[in-house]
Amino acid sequence: MTVLFYTILTLSVLGILSAVILYFVASKFKVEEDPRIDEVEKMLPGANCGGCGFAGCRGMADALVKQEDISTLYCPVGGADSMKSVASYLGKVAPEKEPMVATVRCGGVCAKRPRTNEYNGSKSCAVVASFYVGETACAYGCLGYGDCAEACAFDAIKINPETGIVEIEPDKCTACGACVKACPKHVIELRKKWVKNRAVYVSCVSKDNGAVTMKACKAGCIGCGKCAKVCAFDAITIEGGLAYIDSQKCKLCRKCVNECPTGAIALKGMEPLPKEPKAPAAKPAEKVVEPKAEVNKESVNEQK
Amino acid sequence: MANKFIVATAPHMHSPFSTQKLMRDVLIALIPAFALSILVCGLDALRVTAIAVASCVLVEYLIQKFLFGGKQTVSNLSAVVTGVLLAFNLPANIAWWIVVIGAVVAIGVAKMTFGGLGRNPFNPALVGRVFLLIAYPAQMTSFPAPIYPDYVDAFAGATPLAALKAHAIEVGDANLLNMFAGVMPGSMGEIAAAALLAGGIYMIWRKVITWHIPVAVLGSMAVFAFVVAMVQGGVSPLLYELPVFHLLAGGAMLGAIFMATDYVTSPMTSKGMIIYGVGIGVITMIIRQWGAYPEGMSFAILLMNAVAPLINKYVKPRRFGMASKK
Amino acid sequence: MKTFPIGGVHPSDNKEWSCNKSIEVLELPDVVNIPLAQHIGAPATAKVAKGDKVLTGQLIAEATGFMSANIHSPISGTVTAVDMQPNGQGMRQMMITIKREGDEWMPEIDRSSEIKRQCSLESAEIISKIKQAGIVGMGGATFPTHVKLSIPDGCKAEYLIINGVECEPYLTSDYRTMLERGEELLVGVEILKKALNVEKAIVGVENNKPDAIALLRKIVKEKNFAVVIEPLKVQYPQGGEKQLIAAVTGREVPPPPGLPIHVGAVVCNASTTLAVYEAVQKNKPLIERVVTITGKQLKEPRNLLTRMGTPIATLVEKAGGLPEGDVKVVNGGPMMGRAMVNIDSPVTKGCSGVTVYSGSEVYRMEPSACIKCAKCIEACPMALEPYLISKLAKKQMWDRLEEEHITDCIECGCCQFTCPAGIALLDYVRLGKQTVMGIIRARAAANAPKK
Repeated sequence: MTVLFYTILTLSVLGILSAVILYFVASKFKVEEDPRIDEVEKMLPGANCGGCGFAGCRGMADALVKQEDISTLYCPVGGADSMKSVASYLGKVAPEKEPMVATVRCGGVCAKRPRTNEYNGSKSCAVVASFYVGETACAYGCLGYGDCAEACAFDAIKINPETGIVEIEPDKCTACGACVKACPKHVIELRKKWVKNRAVYVSCVSKDNGAVTMKACKAGCIGCGKCAKVCAFDAITIEGGLAYIDSQKCKLCRKCVNECPTGAIALKGMEPLPKEPKAPAAKPAEKVVEPKAEVNKESVNEQK
Repeated sequence: MANKFIVATAPHMHSPFSTQKLMRDVLIALIPAFALSILVCGLDALRVTAIAVASCVLVEYLIQKFLFGGKQTVSNLSAVVTGVLLAFNLPANIAWWIVVIGAVVAIGVAKMTFGGLGRNPFNPALVGRVFLLIAYPAQMTSFPAPIYPDYVDAFAGATPLAALKAHAIEVGDANLLNMFAGVMPGSMGEIAAAALLAGGIYMIWRKVITWHIPVAVLGSMAVFAFVVAMVQGGVSPLLYELPVFHLLAGGAMLGAIFMATDYVTSPMTSKGMIIYGVGIGVITMIIRQWGAYPEGMSFAILLMNAVAPLINKYVKPRRFGMASKK
Repeated sequence: MKTFPIGGVHPSDNKEWSCNKSIEVLELPDVVNIPLAQHIGAPATAKVAKGDKVLTGQLIAEATGFMSANIHSPISGTVTAVDMQPNGQGMRQMMITIKREGDEWMPEIDRSSEIKRQCSLESAEIISKIKQAGIVGMGGATFPTHVKLSIPDGCKAEYLIINGVECEPYLTSDYRTMLERGEELLVGVEILKKALNVEKAIVGVENNKPDAIALLRKIVKEKNFAVVIEPLKVQYPQGGEKQLIAAVTGREVPPPPGLPIHVGAVVCNASTTLAVYEAVQKNKPLIERVVTITGKQLKEPRNLLTRMGTPIATLVEKAGGLPEGDVKVVNGGPMMGRAMVNIDSPVTKGCSGVTVYSGSEVYRMEPSACIKCAKCIEACPMALEPYLISKLAKKQMWDRLEEEHITDCIECGCCQFTCPAGIALLDYVRLGKQTVMGIIRARAAANAPKK
């Protein structure tokens, strides 16, 4: 009986003692934190992807609460909705940004870009890019080992074994930018996201001259400039033998798509414009196309 | 071009080592001890080993196939090694179902739960053995007498260590030469110090293991026993008999050479290996000397297994060019 | 017998295919491509343009700054292009293309085979001549030799170590050079000694080349050279600069930014030493070198005296062509050489050999799980923990990698060679090292203005 008593006594005393110590330690080292940080963190998606530039959602929430002007902070994953709710909670002005989507600018599928050798090392784009050109003769295109897919926290990127390049599912993509950082070839770009995932972009980043590009890949941009000439919105620039479509200026008119001799301009989510109409049945289309074509001729002359 | 060019980074050559070959060498190193155990314990040794190996391989195969998916890993022979080592830790007359339970615990719980070969923190065979020792203490501690016709029982039916613990014998009573040759009761693998040593030398020669762990374990045990003998009175025969007795008795050899040197669960730098080995030796001797169990090798190894990641983290090799002189 | 203290492996040396083949002169190529970056440091600046006529040995590209090297025309003819061309790894780099017309040499080059031992030049003059000749380390590292010979303030050279180790399996170009040009090489050693103003010169040769050791010792004795020939126990990577210094002198070069000169040593490759002799005594710039073309399946492995810029395909043809099926053509040896995708790429100053593999040996072993066997740690000559730094590099933990001394790595390949699980340790270690070095450089650049 005494054993039982002493056991209970010692344990109780120990328990009370520990509780007292814990209480003092906890109150002594208590970190005063703005309770709003917790609330804001709850409003953020909680993916901890780092797309905002902070290590995780907590860091972002901290900055959102502490900074007076939050126009430079943006959560690409939560998007405008989540930013609006955070801003209204904090009584600040919500930063606005257009929705963006990561885009793989390489059309060098296996059929167009023949494999010249077989890589037998670690399946990592970074490793390959650090020592040689890759399995094709193109030193710029997608290597296809999926460093971006590995970096993607949203399962939006898949390697397509048939084409040998990666594909991004626009609906899953949150434009956090992790893949852009992971790609050693800088093939992936964040571009403006249109409704129904429509997109027009130059699906090539090769800066080689036309002959070299063509030899390596039949889908490459050769920098001929035809697309730039046909563009009515000044959205296309040619630099270093490579065309680039500014997604902010592009209006998805799709004229450049038909102009491109190599098919390097990718068109997503839309039907292409009808080709040069020959039959009278296509007259209405012709009327639309013709005047603009004249405008282009003028602009060409101006350039000259 | 007719030729296909294969590209990879250097090196473009590989040593003859492979996981499978290393495991095969371990198995070859176990052959002398296995042969001796059949000689001492009879065909029962063969039976227990076969059951242990078969159930270890089967458990790994099934888990890999139905739970993990992916490539089968049975062919790397590590499950076979675990099976043999588990069998070596059991008495030869043990019931077959106990062996199977041991194998399930060893492979299923201690190895595959953590992700298979290379990821298990504890030596699977030892986890199996310790589980059985606690679950079936009677069956695990009654050993058959050696089947030599002219065998004289010097240990009252117990293992030398158990006999010593129970004060049934004095160290001086033990025939050290018999113990060295394996003529004593004990689990299948621990009775054959000579054969285990031969296997250890083979593994060091084949560069499967380095000398660090076995020497550290056995060395620290011997030193510990020597100090104990000194304290106990320091009479001259005891001074060498006690250390030699401890090295030959129980699982010292099996543990130091085959169990503690398990790649996955031991530290990786040579300095770390020595710390780890000394830890095992000291803990073993503490248990043998003052613990409730007559033998502490399994517990000592498992305890040090738990410390191995910490050792890996803090014990670093002396980098080239960072001479201690400076 | 001496060797280096930590790690090392013993790959089978496979030198038997080419070690008994004397050096042959390869026919002059019709067209050569000369990369402007054949050395560590800034690429050279082209001094010729399309249409220019050049003579053999004429300067065609000049060193850009101190850490760079001159480049000379290996043939006489007309420059047809100065343009981007793919190198062996398929990456495009600036090259000068020259079409050959005859073989007319610059008049000041002495082409006689007479051995000229007397050298009355001062140290600075020797170094300047070496710089003129565009000599770089010919063992593969391609470090400009004049930079190595220019001792920084506060340091003093005590040892000149000639690297005749050739620890890379397969390669025999240094070995053949030592056997066939031994005396000239030793004159080169004397010249380097004078340039560095050192007393001790040691030629380190692994003892799997007993005839080279015997021959060099004989010449030293008969012709009275003050050079020590030091046989070394065979072990890879003994030819690594730091390992060789440790093997010969017992001194360990401190980790980066430590240099060999900080322990008083200067290491120079055997072929480089011969090039020094030719540059100083014969006015001959570095326009040709001995290249081993070898492989188990090659019909005719050879050691070829090759002009720089010769397409590697020419050497392969000379050796009987590529074997059927899958092949791996490596510029260099099997441990550190670089696999090529474009064998029309040229022989450069650092190309000591071309090794060809075929059949199953072109493929790596299928990787399996790490069993923590610690063989990589045992093998690492820098006493690093390859399993750990490889894992950290894969996880992109650059800070931890710096703490774990990843920049010490010499990329010798011992870890991956020895790994029983066939893990591509070095792939990620190399990547991690490159990234961490970049981070360190960026940090240094950011801190520099404050000082």
